[in-house]
Amino acid sequence: MATPRTITLSVNGTTHQVTVEPRTTLVDLLRGDLGLTGTHVGCEHGVCGACTILWNGKAVRSCIMLAVQADGSEVTTVESMAQDGELHPIQQAFMEAHGLQCGFCTPGFLMSISELLTRSPDPTDEEIKDTLGGQICRCTGYQSIFTAVRLAIKKLADARAAGGSA
Amino acid sequence: MKPPPFEYTAPTSIPEVVALLQEHDFEAKILAGGQSLMPLLNMRLARPSILIDVARIPDLDYIRATDGSIAIGAMTRQRSVELADTVRTSHPLLYATTMHIAHPQNRNQGTLGGSIAHADPAAEYPALALLLDAEMRAVGPDGERTITATDFFITYLTTSLEAAEVLTEVRLPLLPPRTGWSIQELTRRHGDYALAGVMATITLDGGGQCTEARLVLFGVGATPIRASNAEQMLIGTKPGQTEFVAAAAKASGDLDEPLSDVHASAEYRRDLARVLTRRALAEATANAAGAA
Repeated sequence: MATPRTITLSVNGTTHQVTVEPRTTLVDLLRGDLGLTGTHVGCEHGVCGACTILWNGKAVRSCIMLAVQADGSEVTTVESMAQDGELHPIQQAFMEAHGLQCGFCTPGFLMSISELLTRSPDPTDEEIKDTLGGQICRCTGYQSIFTAVRLAIKKLADARAAGGSA
Repeated sequence: MKPPPFEYTAPTSIPEVVALLQEHDFEAKILAGGQSLMPLLNMRLARPSILIDVARIPDLDYIRATDGSIAIGAMTRQRSVELADTVRTSHPLLYATTMHIAHPQNRNQGTLGGSIAHADPAAEYPALALLLDAEMRAVGPDGERTITATDFFITYLTTSLEAAEVLTEVRLPLLPPRTGWSIQELTRRHGDYALAGVMATITLDGGGQCTEARLVLFGVGATPIRASNAEQMLIGTKPGQTEFVAAAAKASGDLDEPLSDVHASAEYRRDLARVLTRRALAEATANAAGAA
């Protein structure tokens, strides 16, 4: 066994200090060590996008990132979205627009879209497609997910106009 | 799918990296953004005894417009290249190339230097480096040296970097005036590695005659391949459909046995190379006619 390393990282605003083997992937740390099983593991080689999380605000694959690479970083997972039982506007839009069926891929989609709409609150169709193209969904069909993104953009704009925090 | 055990170290200076590489030789692997290395580790196709994470080294993440080229630090994320205004305005071919790489979620992690040092023959940045005669700066035990792209890509996943050398910067020349470019790829899904790809630039003089042609085929051999004979056929002509067809036949005919795998046979890849070359030359020429 290789020399374990102690790392410190913030996950959804909570600071964790954990000792891990260098080969531990970030997704295994999140799910196994921290019990945050909202992030799903799919292909484990960076293609399907189910494990997408935000790393210092940027959407990345947590299955092809080592936990040690996240030392000193801020990680955000799908568990950060709903607050006090209230769905996040992006989640609400997914529900209303049928952006999911089985839901396995959904956490990854939500995190990728969350990055997109933070960086670019009024994205072009091309920007949305470029983002969704990095996530694989095998049951819904992408059109309803695209519709959910457009609905989420509207919800977030309405919340901003109303002076909300979302 | 879990990686085999390895040691991990995250040095904070280039001399430390070189010392570690000298100590561990080919047992060590440099970890940049990990978008190619981590899948190899997860699938246990690579078993390094130690990973040297170069992400904590300051000053390897920059995009600088210099005289006639753009200098990019090896750890610059592909996403930073994509989002940099200076890239979009001064080097649209570099921007377009970047947008062909995987997905935003991979480009957020993946680095320009990592892609070039990994030297996947189907990857876009190595092809672009060869197309533009890019210069790679590397630091090793004997100090710094500059390697031109022609001397850099040796074979599949193999470069001329020595065991104790680390890539620090890539310089990509800007295109000359009156130059058009084109990238043509066939992928099974958007963002996948190309089954075959072609990059071309065409430079025309005021009278529409071709003064320079550059043509690189990728995904069809052990490295990206410069199609020099086909380039020569275009120079001095006023290139049109006849020249494109002839040059494309030459470029694809000159290929040694192209890769053959589950995705495409060698024969299919050779034919694809021909078709994509013809399209690339036509588009680059049309763009050159419109370029200032």
